[in-house]
Amino acid sequence: MGMGISKNTQEAMKTLLEQGKRFDGRKCVDYRDISVTYNVSNAAEGSARVMMGKTEVIAGVKLTLDKPYPDSPDKGNLMVSGDLLPLASPRYEVGPPKFDAIELPRLVDRSIRESHVIELDKLVVKAGEKVWTVIIDIYPINDDGNLVDAAVCAAIAALRQAKMPGITEAGFPDYKNRTKQGLPLAKEVIPLSVTIFKLGNALFVDPTREEAEAAEVKCNFGLTKQGKKYMVHSTQKTGAKPFTQKELETSAVLIGEKYDELYDKLKKVL
Amino acid sequence: MAIKKISVAGSEEPHKKRYVVVPGETIVSGEDYLPSDGTRRQGVDIVAARYGLAEEAGMVIRVISLTGAFVPRRGNQVIGRVSNITLNGWVIDIDWASNGFLPIDESPHFINKNEMDQFLAIGDMIVAKIMGITARGIDLGFDGPGLGKLEGGFAFKVSSNRTPRVIGREGSMINLIKENTKCDVAVGQNGWIWVYSENMDDMLKARKAVEMITEKPFVEGLTEKMEQWFQETK
Repeated sequence: MGMGISKNTQEAMKTLLEQGKRFDGRKCVDYRDISVTYNVSNAAEGSARVMMGKTEVIAGVKLTLDKPYPDSPDKGNLMVSGDLLPLASPRYEVGPPKFDAIELPRLVDRSIRESHVIELDKLVVKAGEKVWTVIIDIYPINDDGNLVDAAVCAAIAALRQAKMPGITEAGFPDYKNRTKQGLPLAKEVIPLSVTIFKLGNALFVDPTREEAEAAEVKCNFGLTKQGKKYMVHSTQKTGAKPFTQKELETSAVLIGEKYDELYDKLKKVL
Repeated sequence: MAIKKISVAGSEEPHKKRYVVVPGETIVSGEDYLPSDGTRRQGVDIVAARYGLAEEAGMVIRVISLTGAFVPRRGNQVIGRVSNITLNGWVIDIDWASNGFLPIDESPHFINKNEMDQFLAIGDMIVAKIMGITARGIDLGFDGPGLGKLEGGFAFKVSSNRTPRVIGREGSMINLIKENTKCDVAVGQNGWIWVYSENMDDMLKARKAVEMITEKPFVEGLTEKMEQWFQETK
């Protein structure tokens, strides 16, 4: 359950954000501190825990041998799944996934897949018959807003740390003897997600839970940097209110700046 | 393990020290004691059912919980949000498993049943008292001073177990905050705090003060410390 946002709080937040201020003292475009911890799960081929303020997400990478999809016999498979555990927030209940729970893994999937960071064509054991399936599992441990950005950070961190399992003589994955070889990744590609939220006339990033609840509309961007150019691979707008053209132009500049900021914070640990 | 009794000089009654217990920990042993809030009987032992401070009042053993969800009781003052309007009242979300209900009769003036949102619309905040808890739900009322619709300001959530600290002994802490920030403050025992002032910075300061108080559950002499903090940040 958890009590929804009241009109009073939303109005106060709107006034505050339009002045460029926030409840926790940050500016509209400030991210909270990010930290990454590796090897949080020994059963996964790669795993990472990302803390963004009080938001905490664990991502795990698991590799299995499967048949390829009929439309891509010479490529490995990628699957992203995520659950919003009741542990993470009083908002989440057990039961069939609702809108947020469907949206989260899809957004993560799209930012990872469309950036082509995983070289899926190198994950083929035997074309048309046996390929590696990369499964990324997202577990939000605590939801204090901005789960998607944190989840993409966790996913890319886990991917870069993952080690390929060996293959037994019978042709099954040998999880006990992992090779030292990592996943075939395009090393220069770091996909990150930046979500722009809007309330009133104010644009802001990295909301806490109350800010995320008060926001009228949000737009998620999955992007990478190629040389000095940013490349947006995926976008998704959620919410009924529109963005003006000017706001989108501001956002276009802002996501680049925020990408650099996130990248700088993560580059030491990735 | 019995509660250690320490006597305070000058007082007739021996004071009982409160101490931290975790669920499953035996507080006292013996048929003479009675289990109260947050405890249960296991054989001859009285065992803590919650994490908190164990306290002995006569024969009665209770645990003042330090964490966990708000559990409503009759007479509690709560802050809620209007989540629905029905034919004869308002459904109020009070941040618990079941909703509260405010009957139309609680309105301070006559209300046309077709225009109930003129008084309370969906998303409005109220501070109300729990009049009774039945199988149907929780009945709320405006029967008391300071209760009613909350206009302006904003609300935020703290741990419901810490609200007594925000109020302080005989309201000392809440008055300190009100005086130093010139804010109107309403405390709901469900952990929601509402602050209001014309000045946004005052409200932010009041919020910061409340959050500081709720983050330090074990500190003694907190009122003096907060007084000092207000002096420093003036």
